[in-house]
Amino acid sequence: MKILVSISKSPDTTSKIAFTDNNTKFDENGVQYIVNPYDEWYALVRALEIKETIGGNVTIITVGNAADEAIIRKALAIGADDAVRIDADPTDAYYTAMQIADYAKANGFDLVLTGKETINYNGSQVGGMIAESLDLPFISQATKLDINGSTLTLEREIVGGLEVVEVALPAVVSCAKGMAEQRIPNMRGIMAARTKPLQIVAPIAVDSMTTYVSYTMPNAKSACKMIDPTNMDELVELLHNEAKVI
Amino acid sequence: MSTLVYINSSNGLHKSALEVVTYGKKTGDNVTVITTGNADASLLATLGSYGASKVLVDRSVSGQDAQQLTRVIASAAESIGATTIVFSHDLIAKAVAPRLSVRLKAGLISGAIALPSADGTVNVNVFSGKAFGAVKVNSTVKIISLLPNSIQPEAAGGSAEVSEFNGNAGSTSVKVLNTKKPEGEIPLPEAELVVSAGRGLKGPENWGMVEELATALGAATACSRPVADIGWRPHHEHVGQTGVAIRPNLYIAAGISGAIQHLAGVNGSKVIVVINTDSEAPFFKAADYGIIGDAFEVLPRLTEAVKKFKAASH
Repeated sequence: MKILVSISKSPDTTSKIAFTDNNTKFDENGVQYIVNPYDEWYALVRALEIKETIGGNVTIITVGNAADEAIIRKALAIGADDAVRIDADPTDAYYTAMQIADYAKANGFDLVLTGKETINYNGSQVGGMIAESLDLPFISQATKLDINGSTLTLEREIVGGLEVVEVALPAVVSCAKGMAEQRIPNMRGIMAARTKPLQIVAPIAVDSMTTYVSYTMPNAKSACKMIDPTNMDELVELLHNEAKVI
Repeated sequence: MSTLVYINSSNGLHKSALEVVTYGKKTGDNVTVITTGNADASLLATLGSYGASKVLVDRSVSGQDAQQLTRVIASAAESIGATTIVFSHDLIAKAVAPRLSVRLKAGLISGAIALPSADGTVNVNVFSGKAFGAVKVNSTVKIISLLPNSIQPEAAGGSAEVSEFNGNAGSTSVKVLNTKKPEGEIPLPEAELVVSAGRGLKGPENWGMVEELATALGAATACSRPVADIGWRPHHEHVGQTGVAIRPNLYIAAGISGAIQHLAGVNGSKVIVVINTDSEAPFFKAADYGIIGDAFEVLPRLTEAVKKFKAASH
């Protein structure tokens, strides 16, 4: 079983979000990058569990520059066998997905896993784009994944409920909460990660489809109005007349 | 300038469908709706009131397979020469819109929260709702996936022409073995009013008062992550970073401290009411109205006040 797991970096969930260059760029000053949690906790860990059960190889891939090797080593320390870094700035989801799809096409994988979204751009785009580019089925937001021979059985969220589906490999799956539990790398994993193969691949020529022109912060909340816990009529009155939400 | 709007009509016309048709009407003149399944033509014709001139329905597709839906929507887009394609940013859009983007070489703006600005950019949620990004599309055709509850549907009367459409859906490679539907009537991401509770409620047997308040308001119910993790409430009710992100008009949180991961799922709410015994709970910093008090006393009192208000206003 050859599994490719697409990972992305995202700022630590507690990072201060700010912008520079006239609000056109994310301010990386003091920001600690982590492996995007959906990619790490669900996609990568489930890939490793599958490998541990039926054997195979887990390759991680990311589009990024040399500084992103820290998150690659983290993913290798958790247990991936080898890594690929497409040496380019991931300008948008389309650009990123086309790079990953190109590598996947050339190298042949049974299963491609991604997280359901990144916590910085929240686009939920890359997995579906890879699938279309490879002309493969795409199961999005899967919460369970099992393999039986060349068939995947998945549980996924759909509009209006949950679905249990079956699909033949190869396939692309985006992973949501429920699929696996976070793994903390141990010292042996961290040591081994240093010498695991990391291949650096030149990007293919692709134009970005979208551009983030600028960023804004939400208006600061005005101070919270405190209400007497015995006077809920007042709260209802404020929700109706002041906030106009009921 | 033709606009194509995809709607899911499998369980009637949800508010999110009316929102995207209204959005289409406000961004382009000639709005065509594409849908699949077996909805009544008479029901689909009512989309005319929100600005659709035509509704195309491909009855050969009944499920939510992304490959089939992508083929159908791409055929519809090509047949009308669409330059803008609009989705509601739900689980279907998250699977289908990226595929369509590749198929049509059309830039995708996902998670839009507003109409396009004068410069053509569209604002989206980024950093889990902690900031907004203005996104520009570099291709001729653009796809916009609109977060539910971002604009209000506007009905102006009128009727759309409904026609059968063959979108060459092809076969599906995904076999559906089983479908489970949750009990709640209002889908959480679409709900305008949400009542949510956390560990402060002490046990699943105490959720009656949350449900009573929700019923009195006509609200959906939600919960914090720990409550879903210990199994007091179903996972589909979990709002937050790893659960569902919502942006209702009113979010009432009882017994939830307001950790940053919870806020990431609810910070798009227009008005937040926080009920907590701990005056130092971080949630008060994100709240519009705060009540320092015991949820066991405050929730029933609030339910009574809401009932009194509803009775008086009818």
